[in-house]
Amino acid sequence: MLDFLNEYGSQLIFKTWEQFYTSALALFFGIAVAVPLGVLLTRAPRTAKIVIGIAGMLQTVPSLALLALMIPLFGIGKLPAIVALFIYSLLPILRNTYIGMEKVDPQLKDSVKGMGMTNLQSIRHVEIPIAMPVIMAGIRLSAVYVISWATLASYIGGGGLGDLIFNGLNLFQPDLIIGGTIPVAIMAIVVDFSLGKLEKTLTPINQRT
Amino acid sequence: MAKEEPLLILKDVSKIYKGGNAAISNINLTINKGDFICLIGTSGSGKTTTMRTLNRMIEPTSGEIIYKGQNIHKIDPVKLRKKIGYVIQNIGLIPHMNIYENVTIVPKLLKWPENKKQAKARELIKLVELPENFLERYPAELSGGQQQRIGVIRALAADQDLILMDEPFGALDPITREGLQELVKSLQEDLKKTIVFVTHDMDEALKLATNIVVMDEGKIVQAASPQELLRHPANEFVRKLIGEERMLQARADVTTAAQIMLKDPVSITLGRSLRSAIQLMRERRVDTLLVTDDEDHLKGYIDLESLALDSSNRRATSVSDILNTKIFRITTTTLIRNSADRILKQGLKYVPVVDQNNKLCGIVTRSALVDMVYDIIWGEKNDTAAPTSPALKQGGAQDA
Repeated sequence: MLDFLNEYGSQLIFKTWEQFYTSALALFFGIAVAVPLGVLLTRAPRTAKIVIGIAGMLQTVPSLALLALMIPLFGIGKLPAIVALFIYSLLPILRNTYIGMEKVDPQLKDSVKGMGMTNLQSIRHVEIPIAMPVIMAGIRLSAVYVISWATLASYIGGGGLGDLIFNGLNLFQPDLIIGGTIPVAIMAIVVDFSLGKLEKTLTPINQRT
Repeated sequence: MAKEEPLLILKDVSKIYKGGNAAISNINLTINKGDFICLIGTSGSGKTTTMRTLNRMIEPTSGEIIYKGQNIHKIDPVKLRKKIGYVIQNIGLIPHMNIYENVTIVPKLLKWPENKKQAKARELIKLVELPENFLERYPAELSGGQQQRIGVIRALAADQDLILMDEPFGALDPITREGLQELVKSLQEDLKKTIVFVTHDMDEALKLATNIVVMDEGKIVQAASPQELLRHPANEFVRKLIGEERMLQARADVTTAAQIMLKDPVSITLGRSLRSAIQLMRERRVDTLLVTDDEDHLKGYIDLESLALDSSNRRATSVSDILNTKIFRITTTTLIRNSADRILKQGLKYVPVVDQNNKLCGIVTRSALVDMVYDIIWGEKNDTAAPTSPALKQGGAQDA
């Protein structure tokens, strides 16, 4: 154990960091695109079905295949990895945002509109706060997916803890495989936990469960 | 001073959905300041649609709506809605905002300063008799009735003078509902608010409205005051909507003296002698006589008492000598509701009924009132308007 850390310690820290920021960037862009899109789609329910359908289709592409498909478009390295992970993160966030917004009582929306709120004010002050727990659930789900799938990014030169795991596989060194896997699991758990905390803070005080 | 212009005028307003379905067609309605308009009808009659065109929640396909002299189509809908209070059945309080934030939504949108909002919220919460610390609570902590009270004051927070209410009390229990109805009625009366109120409950409409607009299949069937509606329902549909029972109950409200009076009262002309007067009293078994001139105009009455007084000195010879001119009379169009009280309280045995020219037409007796009350309680449809034996009843009533 100590030998392992002595030999791979600095590499482990670096790879973990790599994995973390690859995932974080993908998730960040995922949220930045999927949340506004999900909100927008509640204003166009017919388009919503099509868009969510497309996002669902993207989700069915095997992860390894999606990563491979990025190579002709973006070459190898971090960029194609981030793009692929970003695509994966979209669906859970998009679908949850849409469902959360849809679930807001239409009578409530009608009443705030009738009082003179603009669409934007209604979304910001009424609908998003109410939909927040559902949106956050989607984000947390995406975060866990993205972190574990980021391991595969090493196949297309994206770096991360996948490098250790695949090295372990090729050289048949189980300690490398385990050494690469455990930090991924810990990272997923820690991120999910912190997002849970964030969810609490963002959820209106009397809507918390 | 010029006559105040109507607050709202609807001119030929129609809403036709794709496929030619007309939700409302050619609605014409004038709403004055201080009116309490109840739109009533079955589901799908277009009452809610009509109301929702007023704050542009629904855009009419054709026709125009004039609000304070301005076509609302030319007013920015968001600005318009901030001037018009809006209360819906499901209350629509925002669950994650406390009562204070809920009440001051519109003032906040209008960017009122904090202290003005605070003062307004306190003033309003007092108006609905809830404690001030309720302002810090959340909607889920309030009962349904309390929530709807907040819903109502929220519609007043920015001093809106027109308030739209869409079946606001439909989901409340009868006792809570009654309390809120009184609240809303007093708002309209004391604060001079104009209210457009959608309901399917006729009792509610009759109780609250100054004007009831009955709608069916997107058209106005009848627009009238509650009394007028009860007295002259425009057609079978309106009659059904009101219900036989209510029409009967409302009879005291709309029955006129002419409808229950006894015709052919015992009367005598001015010139006749006292002797013939006494004779007439004996014949008809009455103790008072109404006195008219030769053209049947009511002049007064004579009673046994004054006759007996005179019999000792025998100075008087004709009816006019002992005529008592102080007499309470009602006209044929007087509502019984307004006079029954006086007849009963003053202990009058009967009241003469005259037409516009003061011509004697009949009398309303206490027994006729009894018949009417009997009808209201037992709901029998015996026609009290035309008693079978007027002479008999009249005799009994006029008897000492």
